[in-house]
Amino acid sequence: MKILLKKGRILDPSSGLDFVGDLLIEDGNIRGVERDIELSEKNITMLDCQGKLIFPGLVDMHVHLREPGEEWKEDIESGTRAALYGGVLRVACMPNTKPVNDSPEVTSYILKRAKEKAWVTVYPISAITKGQEGKELSEFGRLKKAGAIAVSDDGKWVANSALMKRALLYAKNFDLPVISHCEDPFLSFKGQINEGKISAKLGLKGIPSSAETIAVIRDLLLAKETETSVHLAHLSVKENIPFLKWAKEEGIPFTAETCPHYFTLTEKEVEGYNTLAKVNPPLRTEEDIYAIKNALKEGYIEVIASDHAPHSPLEKEVEFELASFGMLGLQFLLPLSFNLVREGVLSELKLLEYMITNPSKILRVTPPSFKEGALAEVIVFDPEEEWKVTEEIIQSKSKNTPLLGKTLKGKVKMIILQKTIYRADT
Amino acid sequence: MRHLLDIQSLSQEEISEILRLAENLKEILIRPIPKVPTLRGKLVLLLFYEPSTRTKFSFERACKVLSADTMSFSAKGSSLEKGETILDTVKNLYALGVNLLVIRHNLSGTPHFLAKHLKIPVVNAGDGIHEHPTQALLDLLTVKEKLGTLSGLKVAIVGDIKHSRVAHSDILAFQKMGSSVYVTGPAHLLPEPKEREFFEVKSGGFKVCYKMEDALKDADVVMALRIQRERHGEPFIPALKEYAEIFGLTPKYLELIKEKALLMHPGPINWGVELSYEMEKYPFQVILDQVENGVAVRMAVLLRFLSGD
Repeated sequence: MKILLKKGRILDPSSGLDFVGDLLIEDGNIRGVERDIELSEKNITMLDCQGKLIFPGLVDMHVHLREPGEEWKEDIESGTRAALYGGVLRVACMPNTKPVNDSPEVTSYILKRAKEKAWVTVYPISAITKGQEGKELSEFGRLKKAGAIAVSDDGKWVANSALMKRALLYAKNFDLPVISHCEDPFLSFKGQINEGKISAKLGLKGIPSSAETIAVIRDLLLAKETETSVHLAHLSVKENIPFLKWAKEEGIPFTAETCPHYFTLTEKEVEGYNTLAKVNPPLRTEEDIYAIKNALKEGYIEVIASDHAPHSPLEKEVEFELASFGMLGLQFLLPLSFNLVREGVLSELKLLEYMITNPSKILRVTPPSFKEGALAEVIVFDPEEEWKVTEEIIQSKSKNTPLLGKTLKGKVKMIILQKTIYRADT
Repeated sequence: MRHLLDIQSLSQEEISEILRLAENLKEILIRPIPKVPTLRGKLVLLLFYEPSTRTKFSFERACKVLSADTMSFSAKGSSLEKGETILDTVKNLYALGVNLLVIRHNLSGTPHFLAKHLKIPVVNAGDGIHEHPTQALLDLLTVKEKLGTLSGLKVAIVGDIKHSRVAHSDILAFQKMGSSVYVTGPAHLLPEPKEREFFEVKSGGFKVCYKMEDALKDADVVMALRIQRERHGEPFIPALKEYAEIFGLTPKYLELIKEKALLMHPGPINWGVELSYEMEKYPFQVILDQVENGVAVRMAVLLRFLSGD
């Protein structure tokens, strides 16, 4: 069985490919990438990709699938379907499930459910500490054996510095990446939105940028001392950037991530007490957006992830202070991130490096690529097509996004995953 | 104006109009029979999720003077205790024929949230640390009555500005009417530097002072605020004794303020803390006038929303 994609712009960050040409898939594997592939046989599925981009599937290392425990918000089936439609063919799911993924049993359960239900590859991330309580380390060794790809306490920073140091060291035994949600819980205590003009206007307790930066600095110092890389999740404030620059210059092992909402939306979205824009870390200011884009350009931040966080109306159609933090991300990840290319912040290949190769490297997996023999994980993307975000288009069970009703530019048209062609338009 | 949710969204004209109406309606309160049939047949729901004495009774009194019926709601013993959401509770109560909702809630933005889902006017009677618009309107009315103007005044507000919805509304209201507002108190209970831009309605109209003297000097109006210990969630003040000594209003400050400056307090007062006992005798203390004007202001608000139907 052969699938031939014709005349698309082929981009592969693993091999640096960037040219207009054809891609051949045979029996679910990449068979060739050439300027022109002519085949005389019949029974070939030909896909015209003129004007489209063809690149390997994205790897999103920050996703919440809510299973087990909160299946009314999302489950492995619906979450990975949203991923598929968003061009994300591998997701790493955070451990804040119910129960918390802090045991080999929960990790195995997630993998078992993924095998039965998932549309894309699922990598479970287990908790750094038992119950994400920041008190005792989880069993990294057994978690890794069960299939954990990394450890993170997700929405909770390991505030005990000695424990975090121990976690970084212990992770070395198992070559497990450690992912840190940088937020000093004392500074952000009861915080709802970014601390600033809007928090004053709405009478909501602000989360200061220092809550994030202080945590970033500590984690960088611990990474230096332990000579262990730490991955700093979803960074949002400009104050971090000089410290990231310093850490790069010092050779401190770390990687950093941001999400499209932190370089697209500002705190203004929460005006009118819009709970759909309530997210943690909170949406910040134009200045922060500018700084985050600059950090992406300079390479201080080198991963873009969605932080896909579904919540049902039960958690969102309530008083603002009672509403859960989080917004959907998987289906908007690519269109919003592609704006960075339009604005000249990143080239197409660099953007894909941030969304495919870099997260793969951090998670210690071979990235999806167009190398001969690689599994076919292929996305066809129209960078020009505009589409309106409606509830019907959203594949997640939940519909919590402040983008509802807005028009986005850039659409995933087709996904070829091994032998199957999915048309995202239909 | 569909709802009264905050001072920030009111124009100077709208504020003036409510004050004019309140001044006119105040006359009813001194009649031998202080009751008019204007709002007969209207049903007002008083939804108070927090303990309240003066605001709740003030609204109730205003309703009764205008002959509106009231239904009072207390979270305790209600369907909320059975796990119902506030939205469902309010929708059910609305179905009983309510024409206007007055809400007091401990979470900022709750009146705005309900206003999005209801077709009737919503009046904010204080939400979290956000705003308390009718309190600011009654403060304006009191100052206007006593000093004859609302423009060109120096208004000093002392205490826990950060957690005070009254302060937030007053800071905006006095500036909108042409006065300057100076706030002072423990620095960590004043607006954060990043938050201050919001409070600056006009240039030079809002100042944060770390020294009590700077705020109080030549003030026309001094407002002391209650220490909101219930809103802090953690110990913000080392000791009430120190607070009383340094930030409490005592007679020594009378030398700084203007001779006939008004002393105000939104209540309830912690005597001996934000106000020393001696201040009870200060001749220009207008704390009970504020309470009285509260009824007139709330009558004006009710009338504005309910008389046209």
